[in-house]
Amino acid sequence: MSVAQQSPPQEKVQPPSAAPRNGRWAGFRHVLSVRMKELRREPEVIFWVFGFPILLALGLGIAFRNKPADAIPVVIVSGPGAQDAVSMIQRAPRGSSIHADVLDKVTALRGFRLGKYDLVVAPNYYRGGFDYLYDPARPESVLARALVDETLQSAAGRKDPVPTSAVTSSEPGSRYIDFLIPGLLGMNLMNAAMWGIGFALVDMRQRKLLKRFVATPMRRSDFLLALLTSRLVLMLIEVTLLLGFGVLVFHMRILGSLWSILLIGAIGAIAFGGLGLLTASRAQKIESASGLMNLVMMPMWIFSGVFFSGERFPAVVQPFIKALPLTALNDALRATILEGASLASQSGRILVLVLWGGVSFVLALRWFRWT
Amino acid sequence: MFGTAIQQSTRSLHYNRCMPAVIECRDLRKTYDGKVEAVRGLNLEIRAGECFGLLGPNGAGKTTTIEILEGLLEPTSGQVMILGQTWKSHPRELREKIGISLQETRLSEKLTVRETIELFASFYREPRPASEVLEALQLEEKADSWVGKLSGGQRQRLAVATALVGSPKVLFLDEPTTGLDPQSRRQLWDIIRAFQQSGGTVLLTTHYMDEAERLCDRLAIVDHGQIIAEGSPTELIARLGGHHVVEFSLSGDSHQPPEVWRMLPGVDSVRNDDGLVSLSVREPHHTIPALLSKVEEQSAQLDHLTTRQASLEDVFVRLTGRHLRED
Repeated sequence: MSVAQQSPPQEKVQPPSAAPRNGRWAGFRHVLSVRMKELRREPEVIFWVFGFPILLALGLGIAFRNKPADAIPVVIVSGPGAQDAVSMIQRAPRGSSIHADVLDKVTALRGFRLGKYDLVVAPNYYRGGFDYLYDPARPESVLARALVDETLQSAAGRKDPVPTSAVTSSEPGSRYIDFLIPGLLGMNLMNAAMWGIGFALVDMRQRKLLKRFVATPMRRSDFLLALLTSRLVLMLIEVTLLLGFGVLVFHMRILGSLWSILLIGAIGAIAFGGLGLLTASRAQKIESASGLMNLVMMPMWIFSGVFFSGERFPAVVQPFIKALPLTALNDALRATILEGASLASQSGRILVLVLWGGVSFVLALRWFRWT
Repeated sequence: MFGTAIQQSTRSLHYNRCMPAVIECRDLRKTYDGKVEAVRGLNLEIRAGECFGLLGPNGAGKTTTIEILEGLLEPTSGQVMILGQTWKSHPRELREKIGISLQETRLSEKLTVRETIELFASFYREPRPASEVLEALQLEEKADSWVGKLSGGQRQRLAVATALVGSPKVLFLDEPTTGLDPQSRRQLWDIIRAFQQSGGTVLLTTHYMDEAERLCDRLAIVDHGQIIAEGSPTELIARLGGHHVVEFSLSGDSHQPPEVWRMLPGVDSVRNDDGLVSLSVREPHHTIPALLSKVEEQSAQLDHLTTRQASLEDVFVRLTGRHLRED
């Protein structure tokens, strides 16, 4: 594969003029191939880049899986009337979605406080019927009160004046794992690009290898380009692996075109590669660079909607959140993967990524220290 | 001594007319952060086919000087010409023609020796075939081993291999044998000599006297960022006045003023190093008997007496009052 290797047989007697000539891109190809070889020979890198995100998806996907019928845990305070409540709930048509325990008052209240039960139902001895104890700040507690009240009322014979019916929907595409996988993909592209480029560069600078390289006729731009290209190759593997995992294990449905997803992934990988280059442009020590990189990535882990939607933050900070490159990448990936959005509809987000990548790259080239 | 230095420089000017200097710098200065003066007005002229050494203690400014000449550091002031070109006007052409081994480069441990050489070869327009370089540097057996598994000497040979793979005209080596065992040092010396014999020019820095003496055609002794003496190793030693050193010490505190020893026949200079007296001597067989009778005359007792060939170390001590390697 390498040009230098294929030497003519009379090499020993011939002057250097008989040596092979290298083409314009020989340096680029060699840096790229050496980079890929080095990565392949580092088992830890393989784990952190490919294994870790899949384990994370698996763990979170199982923890937050949609249970078939979420039985709402409620507790009924023991005493006269408690058994009535239990039998009314069991008789009701939707009684199976409520799980009721009967316990003494102290135990029941402690269970409620600890979040084991969403609602406490206490029979009222004086006027008959029941008292509800719930927490209006806990959505599941509010839900439990409404459901238990409706169940008890209808079991006691209340007639609904308006006939209603409902159709349930828990299709792939709207579950937590569907939300999670594009977010993990975005985060992984960011982490891998920042570390893959930034860490590698600072490491090479610390080892004086960058200095050694610029002591040769190596084209500096080709060297940086080869590092970025190595990110693109890894990006392809990361996207395929994580989406493939989602499809095979969690029956995720990918609505957008694979080309759009890969293109957005590539733009994201290059944008974060540029940011990694900028972060590593001057640092002399791995320690200072890793602190700086965490500082850059930390806000995005929190705000950019990896594990939960960034929309949950107050409206004031939304413009700031939307301007973060990881938010743009995650939103564009989600829209494409989950909703089948076209590339054109994502042009705003793509522009955010291109700007981040472009500006970082230009600044990095200006500030970059080879020695 | 300054007389000889002037002679030296007129001679090199004459040389300059016949054969252009391969490495040339004028009034080179480098000041770090506006205060630390690492190089203070340094002039060099190295001709084609020469092996030139910068000899000096650690911190003398050798590395700063060689890195400026290599185009890796910007001088604060002064001019540098390599092969008749400047780093500003012909950076890429010069990079094609020179090979560099830095003082400490940690090459990627998880690449093989061959992959490392091929990587460096790929940066040059017309590199030497990797197999040829492997053979020349005696690395064939290790060609497919990871760099991380190499010994210190093999690593250093690999570092020089990456410098030679572009078939350079000029080789810059910064402390090429520091920390190596004697056998590895000799191997590297052979490689450097072979490069020189094939017509190459070498500039190396070292703080080993023996290395400078055996390898270099000419030397510049550098101290505090300046050249304090320049010439071939034999010239430099000859400039001491004597080719031999007689060292002795007397028992007890029978310290004699240096003039007593200066008066002995054939003594050029005297140096007292904490009771150890060193005499620079032309003819030890005349000086030693005189010395012995002088000692007897003073009714003192000799504790120790040796005689040896003068070395560059003596030159350095004579010039600076310090030893090259002071720990």
